[in-house]
Parts: sequence; C-alpha cells; structure tokens
Amino acid sequence: MAGGAATGASVTTDTYAEARTWLLLPAWAVLGFFVLAPVGMMLVYSFLTKEFRGGVIWEFSLAAYDQFFFDRGLFGDEAPKIEWTYINIFWRSIWQAGLATVMSLLIGFPTAYFIATRPEKVRPIWVFLITIPYWVNLLIRTVSMKFLLRDNGPLNEFLMSVGVVSEPIHIINTNFAVQLGLFYSYLPFMVLPVYASVERYNFTLSEAAADLYASKWTTLRRVLLPTVKPGVIAGCILVFVPSLGSFLAPDLLGGAKNFMIGSLIEEQFKGSAGNWPFGAAAAMILLSMVLVILMVFARQQAKSGKEAG
Amino acid sequence: MAEARQIAIDVRDAVKRYGDFTALKRISLSIHDNEFFTLLGPSGCGKTTLLRMIAGFEDVTEGGIFLYGKEIEDLPPNRRPVNTVFQNYALFPHMTVLENVMFPLEMLGKGREARARAGEMLELVQLSQFANRKPNQLSGGQQQRVALARALAPQPKVLLLDEPLSALDLKLRKAMQIELKHIQRETGITFIFVTHDQEEALTMSDRIAVMSAGELQQLGTPGEIYEYPRNMFVADFIGETNLLEVSVDAFAEGRAVCHLGGGHEMKVDAVEGIGVGSKVHLSVRPERLFLTDEKIDPDALHATVLENVFVGTNIMTIVDLDDGPNFTIRAANSDRGNARVFPEGSPVFVNGDRGAARLLVD
Ligand SMILES: Nc1ncnc2c1ncn2[C@@H]1O[C@H](COP(=O)(O)OP(=O)(O)OP(=O)(O)O)[C@@H](O)[C@H]1O
Ligand SMILES: [Mg+2]
Repeated sequence: MAGGAATGASVTTDTYAEARTWLLLPAWAVLGFFVLAPVGMMLVYSFLTKEFRGGVIWEFSLAAYDQFFFDRGLFGDEAPKIEWTYINIFWRSIWQAGLATVMSLLIGFPTAYFIATRPEKVRPIWVFLITIPYWVNLLIRTVSMKFLLRDNGPLNEFLMSVGVVSEPIHIINTNFAVQLGLFYSYLPFMVLPVYASVERYNFTLSEAAADLYASKWTTLRRVLLPTVKPGVIAGCILVFVPSLGSFLAPDLLGGAKNFMIGSLIEEQFKGSAGNWPFGAAAAMILLSMVLVILMVFARQQAKSGKEAG
Repeated sequence: MAEARQIAIDVRDAVKRYGDFTALKRISLSIHDNEFFTLLGPSGCGKTTLLRMIAGFEDVTEGGIFLYGKEIEDLPPNRRPVNTVFQNYALFPHMTVLENVMFPLEMLGKGREARARAGEMLELVQLSQFANRKPNQLSGGQQQRVALARALAPQPKVLLLDEPLSALDLKLRKAMQIELKHIQRETGITFIFVTHDQEEALTMSDRIAVMSAGELQQLGTPGEIYEYPRNMFVADFIGETNLLEVSVDAFAEGRAVCHLGGGHEMKVDAVEGIGVGSKVHLSVRPERLFLTDEKIDPDALHATVLENVFVGTNIMTIVDLDDGPNFTIRAANSDRGNARVFPEGSPVFVNGDRGAARLLVD
C-alpha cells in the first residue's frame, strides 16, 4: 500500500501530459494517414486539370467546380447559367437520405424502445438478432433486396397470391426502392444509439408524467423524447450521412434515373470515361455539406447541454 | 371525532399477487380526509406495492380501492386525482424547476394560471430563488422539495409519499419532517406517507398502519400503537421493548398476575381474550421502568445489575432478575428524578409505572 502511494505521488501532472501525448500518437497517426491525407489529396485533385483517359494534369484549375455549378454551353463559350444537373442530383440525394432517415427513425425508435423495455437478460439477445443480417456483405444484401422486390419476385408473388394486388407493383427502379434500400442498409445505426439512450432512461419519469396527468402521447413527446434526444440525433446522423454518399442502393435498386451523389462520384473514377478533378470536387462539396450539417447539430447539442448542465 | 370524518381512500380486501408470490394478503383500511396517514413496515412488506396500487401503477389482483366512495380501478394514473412524491424524486431533467412544477397544471389545461400557481408552490417550499435552475443543479433536499411542490401544485385530493426523506441526512430529514407536517396542515390534503423508520412515523402521523409480510398488523394513532401494541411484531418494531414469555396465573382487581419465571410476578392490565393459564407474551417498555436500591413498591422485583450502557441522552441498564429473565431499563441522562446509575453487580429493585407492561393478544 505504502509503495503504491509513493509511486502515485511521484507521478506528476507533467508525466501524465507526456504519457498522454505518446499514448495518443497511434490514434493521431491513423487519423492523419487514413483520414486527413486522403481528404487533403481530394482537395488538391479537385483544383487540378483533368486528363482525358482518367488521372490528372498537375496544373491549377477551377474547371471542376465551374462545371459543377455553371453551364457555359456545349463549347464553353456562352454566358454562364446555373447548371442544375448536379445540384438536382445533390438535392435528390439529400431528399432520399432524409426520407431513409425518417423511415429508420419511425421503425428504429419503437424497435429500440421495445428492446430497452425487455427484461435485462434478454436484451442482448434482441440486439444480437437485430445485427445478424448485417454480418452479410452490404453488396450481397442489396442484390438480394433487388431480387426480393423485382416485378416477378417473391414479394409481388406473395402479394398477388393473397389477393392484395392483381398486377405486380413496380418497386425496383423507383425512388421508393432507393429509400427502402438505404433504410435497410443503415437501420442498426439508428436502433443501436437510440437503444443505448432509452436503456439509460429512468422509466420512473414516465410514471411521474402519468401521475401528473399526462397522456401516453404527451409523455412520449414531452418527457421521453427530450430525454433521449442525444441518442436520436446520433442515430439520425449515423443513418443520414452514409445514406447521402451511398452508391450501392441507388445503383442497384434505383436505376439510372435515380442517380445519387455517391454514384456520380464513383463514376468519375471508373474506367477512362471519368473526370478525376470533377469527382474530387463533388466529393469535397459533399464533405462540406456533411460538415455543415454536423456542426449545426453539434451547436444545438452544446446549447441544450449547457441548458441542462 | 374520527368517526365523523369523510373517508378519502378505502382499501377493501385488497390482494396483490405477482405470479404465485402474494405481496399483499387481503388488506383493508380506511384513510380519513385531511389525515396524515403512514404506512410503516420493514423492507419488502408491501408498502410501495399498496401505494402504487392507489396511484394506479399496479392493478389490484382482488378487492378494490375507493376514492371518496368511488371505485377507481378502471382509472389510469393520469385520470386519478392523486399525486405521488417518488422516492428518487423523478424530476424531469430537461425542464427547469419552474417548468417541472408547471407541468401538471399544463396537463390539466390550466396553462394560463400555471406560472403564477407554480410560483406560489415554490414559495411554499421556499425555493423561489431556484425557479430557473435545472434539477441537477440542486441538492438532494432541494430536489425533494421541488418534487413536493410539483405534486402539490394540481391540488390533488390525496398525496402519496414513498419514503421521500430516506435519501436525506439526519438533520435535513428532521427539518423536512416538520416542514412536511406543516405543509400537510396548511393545505389540508390527505397525505399517505410510506416509511420504514418507526420514529419518523410516530413523529409525523395522525394514524399509522403497521405492516409486515404483506399483512396489516395494527392500525391506530401513534399513542395507541406505541402504548398498546397488539402483537409481538408491533411491540418489537415500534420503539424498544423487553419481550417476555409469561403465564397468566390469576386476576386481581382487573389486573392479570403474570408469572415471569423464577418466582417473579408482575401485575398487568387485563386484556380481553387472555384468561387464566394462558401462555402469552408481555412487552415491557424500558423507559417506563426505574431502579431503586430499597423496596418501596411492594410489587418491585429484585435483580442484579449486569451492565450499564451510555447512549448520550440515555443510560441503558441491563439487569438480571434473580432466577428470572433479563430486563433492559432506560433512564434519562439527568440528575433529576429517579435517574441514578447503579454500579455493575449491585442488587437493585425494578419498579414500573402502571402502563409499563402490556399483554400482547397475538
Ligand atoms: N414487479 C414485481 N414482481 C414480483 N415481485 C415484486 C414486484 N414488485 C414487488 N415485488 C415483491 O413484493 C414485495 C413487496 O414489495 P414492495 O416494494 O411493496 O416493498 P416495500 O414495503 O416498499 O419495501 P421497501 O421498504 O424496501 O421499499 C417484495 O417482496 C417484492 O420483492
Ligand atoms: Mg418501497
């Protein structure tokens, strides 16, 4: 005991600070190498000149951003007009990702609530069951979804056999199919953080609300939701952000008409038809958008945290 | 006087079962209007269960609960004019103190007067200056008072309090006991107070229901419960007592002559249902006994001092009746009256007031 105390006393704040620097080094190295470097490269590439068979010429140019926002006619000599093509793709992506997030919340929240209100012993089993489908590769899951949803696939056959519909309903190659795909791809990212915060929720608060004359709905709205808000926001970010940049679901389920940012970017780097600086610029614009959204959320969180703190 | 009063809560033959475990075994009790009523009993005896049944959080397996004569079984908690002060306060963490107190008023559609009324309630519990704080910026005692203000704000007919003071330190607890009693008198609301602290129950209550293992043991005023415990459990649980097994030898002048063993006898007020020859239990309160070195009272018992224990306000003396049982005697730590400390080993006489000893019916 005495020895331990002596050692404890000899470790000064300085030593801790030094130890912290060294301990954090691997984390910084990984972050620098795998996050900052690629992002930096993208940023640089987005300001270079395109090489026609893919790749770049090391010459500064704003052409990529110009192409994204402005239409200067076929030969590039007309007065610049706003180019809506890419802005529309971005807008559609935000819309699709937003709807997928709303769907995940509507399904994910009750699911998380259900799990959190089970007896403590069976909760891990439910969480495990939720994650099982996600052990399978995303590509395979998305392809199987395409198979399930197609016009003469099992879903339509089932619906027709029970007489709900007489003709197969077209789901594949619609916006809805993309939303469904995104929703299914990222659902656990909603369920898990919401579950974590509902599990920590003190259910006596709901009893107190009922005792103080609140209906079930009011209790949900005025007591449960505000209390578990951090988990809900985390879930929404975790579904929205990857949905926004996703290209598998839009490609496989949405077809050419329902193109999203992810596919647009992917295409610029595929084969010789691509345009690297343009792809990099689109990626940078996407990244800035995500950062702005995250900052708005963080700002709000900090504000409500300060109020509560 | 109590008979004339209206009954606020009437629990009739209430049974509560969880699976095959019976938490409450056919409890019947009536709580009067404006009464400070306490449910007292050891941990796990079913106090919270009964309270939650009145609040509507648990359904009644058998029997019924009536609020001013109306059966409330079918009313969900948010439709019962009954409020609860929860043991862990259950304040809404994202709302300020004022918003917490305004909450029930808004729920009742009294949004317009909510702010003013909530302000009054905070004044009542002396927390006006904390109105805009969040609950986690308050001490335990302050949170406790917010919970009280919040539950009182909608002017419930009955207020349920589940061990509201158990998380507070002794000093604050005593202060809150007085404050609670005060508020109850001022508002005239019926309080049903749960505690496992017998001293707290005796200090605060108009009437006490002593419970054990899901059963009602005795119901009465603090004086009745303390002076006339009905059974071993009550005598032992409330205050301190000497519990003795005795046999009733005879009756003289309305008093039962009890044989304590070793030839010692004690005269005790007779109780209905206990006849000559019964083997029963006797409860003798230590503070109603006193020691003398001469036999002044002819009924005094001869004994030897075994041990003196100093407990601050009192001195506890343990004596051994010659060939008989041991007794604990408690004397005030004072130079007045009969209080006198006899050294260990000295021969003494044990005297008692008329009401010192009670026969226990069951
Ligand atoms: N939901 C439940 N399921 C099964 N048994 C329960 C349940 N709730 C309570 N019990 C049991 O019922 C009995 C009474 O519980 P209750 O909470 O009413 O005790 P209490 O008198 O309030 O005790 P304490 O002073 O410790 O709060 C206990 O034995 C408890 O284990
Ligand atoms: Mg309890």
